[in-house]
Amino acid sequence: MSRLDVRKTYKLYIGGAFPRSESGRAYPVTDAKGRFLAHAARASRKDVRDAVVAARKAFGGWSGRTPYNRGQILYRIAEMLEGRRAQFVAELRDAGLGKDAAGAEVDAAVDRLVWYAGWADKLAAVGGSANPVSGPFFNFSTPEPTGVVGVVAPDSPLLGLVSVVAPVIVSGNTAVVLASEPAPLPAITFAEVLATSDLPGGVVNLLTGRRAELAPWLASHGDVDALDLAGVAADAVTALEEAAADTLKRVFAPTGDDWADEPGTARMTAFLEVKTVWHSVGV
Amino acid sequence: MDFAYAPAPESRDVVDIRPSYGLFVDGAFTDGHGEPFKTIDPATEEPLAEIASADASDVDRAVAAARAAQEKVWGPMPGRERAKYLFRIARLVQERSRELAVLESIDNGKPIRESRDVDLPLVAAHFFYYAGWADKLEYAGLGPAPRPLGVAAQIIPWNFPLLMLAWKIAPALAGGNTVVLKPAETTPLTALAFADLCRQAELPPGVVNIVTGAGETGALLAAHPGVDKVAFTGSTAVGRSIARTLAGTGRRLTLELGGKAANIVFDDAALDQAVEGVVNGIFFNQGHVCCAGSRLLVQETVADEFLERLRARVSTLRVGDPLDKNTDVGAINSAAQLARIRELADAGEAEGARRWSPACELPSRGFWFAPTIFTGVAQSHRVAREEIFGPVLSVLTFRTPAEAVEKANNTPYGLSAGVWSEKGSRTLWVAQRLRAGVVWANTFNKFDPASPFGGYKESGYGREGGRHGLEAYLHV
Repeated sequence: MSRLDVRKTYKLYIGGAFPRSESGRAYPVTDAKGRFLAHAARASRKDVRDAVVAARKAFGGWSGRTPYNRGQILYRIAEMLEGRRAQFVAELRDAGLGKDAAGAEVDAAVDRLVWYAGWADKLAAVGGSANPVSGPFFNFSTPEPTGVVGVVAPDSPLLGLVSVVAPVIVSGNTAVVLASEPAPLPAITFAEVLATSDLPGGVVNLLTGRRAELAPWLASHGDVDALDLAGVAADAVTALEEAAADTLKRVFAPTGDDWADEPGTARMTAFLEVKTVWHSVGV
Repeated sequence: MDFAYAPAPESRDVVDIRPSYGLFVDGAFTDGHGEPFKTIDPATEEPLAEIASADASDVDRAVAAARAAQEKVWGPMPGRERAKYLFRIARLVQERSRELAVLESIDNGKPIRESRDVDLPLVAAHFFYYAGWADKLEYAGLGPAPRPLGVAAQIIPWNFPLLMLAWKIAPALAGGNTVVLKPAETTPLTALAFADLCRQAELPPGVVNIVTGAGETGALLAAHPGVDKVAFTGSTAVGRSIARTLAGTGRRLTLELGGKAANIVFDDAALDQAVEGVVNGIFFNQGHVCCAGSRLLVQETVADEFLERLRARVSTLRVGDPLDKNTDVGAINSAAQLARIRELADAGEAEGARRWSPACELPSRGFWFAPTIFTGVAQSHRVAREEIFGPVLSVLTFRTPAEAVEKANNTPYGLSAGVWSEKGSRTLWVAQRLRAGVVWANTFNKFDPASPFGGYKESGYGREGGRHGLEAYLHV
């Protein structure tokens, strides 16, 4: 008789821990052929708020790390992901990808993390400046993280997720991420990667559930500074941007990305503030 | 010797205010179809001129003119040619600077010393600076092939009318965009003089269009489907409503909104210098400054001494005729703004803060508010939380650098902050932790076209000035 396998319970990832939804809700996730795979937690408004609290709490420490250290941790995430390659290929195949496509997606996700890891200690040089003002002042501008970023992840379950999370956190922001609704399982497994990569708890918080239910709470939350609407359907963007306007959030609207493309810097700079310091010069 | 005060009025002869002004659309002054309004001298309440008001059809016309000019003339023009137009404008501003300074002081109420020595030199410098970028955009580090956005709708406030115009128009034009600009209802005259200056520069028609009017005209312009970008400087409430209007349109938006800046004085600061900086921080331009240092955070150990010196210095400020070259604090820009300042100052007293103003005689006509300092202010008081936009300073104290940072950041705004200390490492430690777009260390209210300016949090988004200011007007 063959051994019965031990299944994993997929939960949320908030503040470095893996709680169930406080609502007690879950929804069944099926593979491409409609076969039951597992239940994913169906997060509530309260879970969103808990995740924002965790993200805010983590912001000071994470943004205060040296850029070198943040880069190392992003690289560590890539290492951990590489080590779990087979597991992710299997989960992506469950989500409907062919064998080669699943392998290529995991490879691309690892490479993307490595690419972003190298940005951590270069953003300030590329995005900042020493400004030649007309007076006895040393004047310089440096990019700083915006704060807590709400991310609605796209349905590309791993590469898309990595492509929206890495540019947010590399500069020191913290994130509350709503995972793909039809394919949430790789996101939660990715949270296990994050949890074992020296990434401080709360820097990335991952929620699964109904995006249409959760995204408006993220968009209107007073302690969320910015939004990436990558995974939002075109007809839902306007309402979320309207909700975001009340707290003057920075919003990165969906641009129809092909996640296999070179990412460019737009997603990083969208979640940066430029601070300019004037210091008087004299004896 | 007797150093008693004697007035030193600047001559009004250098300005020629016409009885009425039209809109500047497609290179010509034209009638507006809204109800005309009067702009007044806030120092005397005398009407200065009747100003046309743009209705929806006028805004349509201006946007169409800007679109045609952008597509046929300004966009295709080589950057080096655009640059020369901007240099011409900078030179014309310099040549007409006295006239424009006097006109600004008459229409706005700000002291001539400030319009002459701060506003106008910065206006010319801004055009000069961005002129130099017009043919170097691909070297700005923003992307290999930056392209103009198209037509920019620009809505500016009344506190620095011509300077805000320069901040908006110079980078837009350098990037190959054309503009429709709406000056504030109470201060349209220098923008209209600028229109005349554009004609003198032989700027192609439609590149700069000026539409005057009240908030409704601004709302029409911001919501116009024919514009590609909206840039707004003004109140956070209006900024929110513009952000809502543009939701889902994909149009670009930059907002420079309100502030409640902390000016932090440590016990090792050069106190007399810090007093000057605090005075400049809140009483410059009657406190009508979005980045004004309206909250003084002074370290407890030096608070008494500092406040004594501060009161002594504030007692020497001369409040009165904006055209008197001795004047430090001019007129409040409008009756509405004066009412707002009074309401908030009264709330400060009602909530238990102690109010102090120097003995100063205010003119009998016009809009005036004496420099005012509140002590015993709690963070929960309205005078510590709300933008007053007037010559009112709220004083709070702190014990440790961490407490200073905590209090400074305890606001939904994040435009600016000041730090006064002789210890460089502490200054930088504090500057790193302040959630504000501009931090002045041992100085305050300094501006420069090469220096990016703009806010964190609810003070808006986007930067004006410097290389970063170009990005607001380019596809990169």
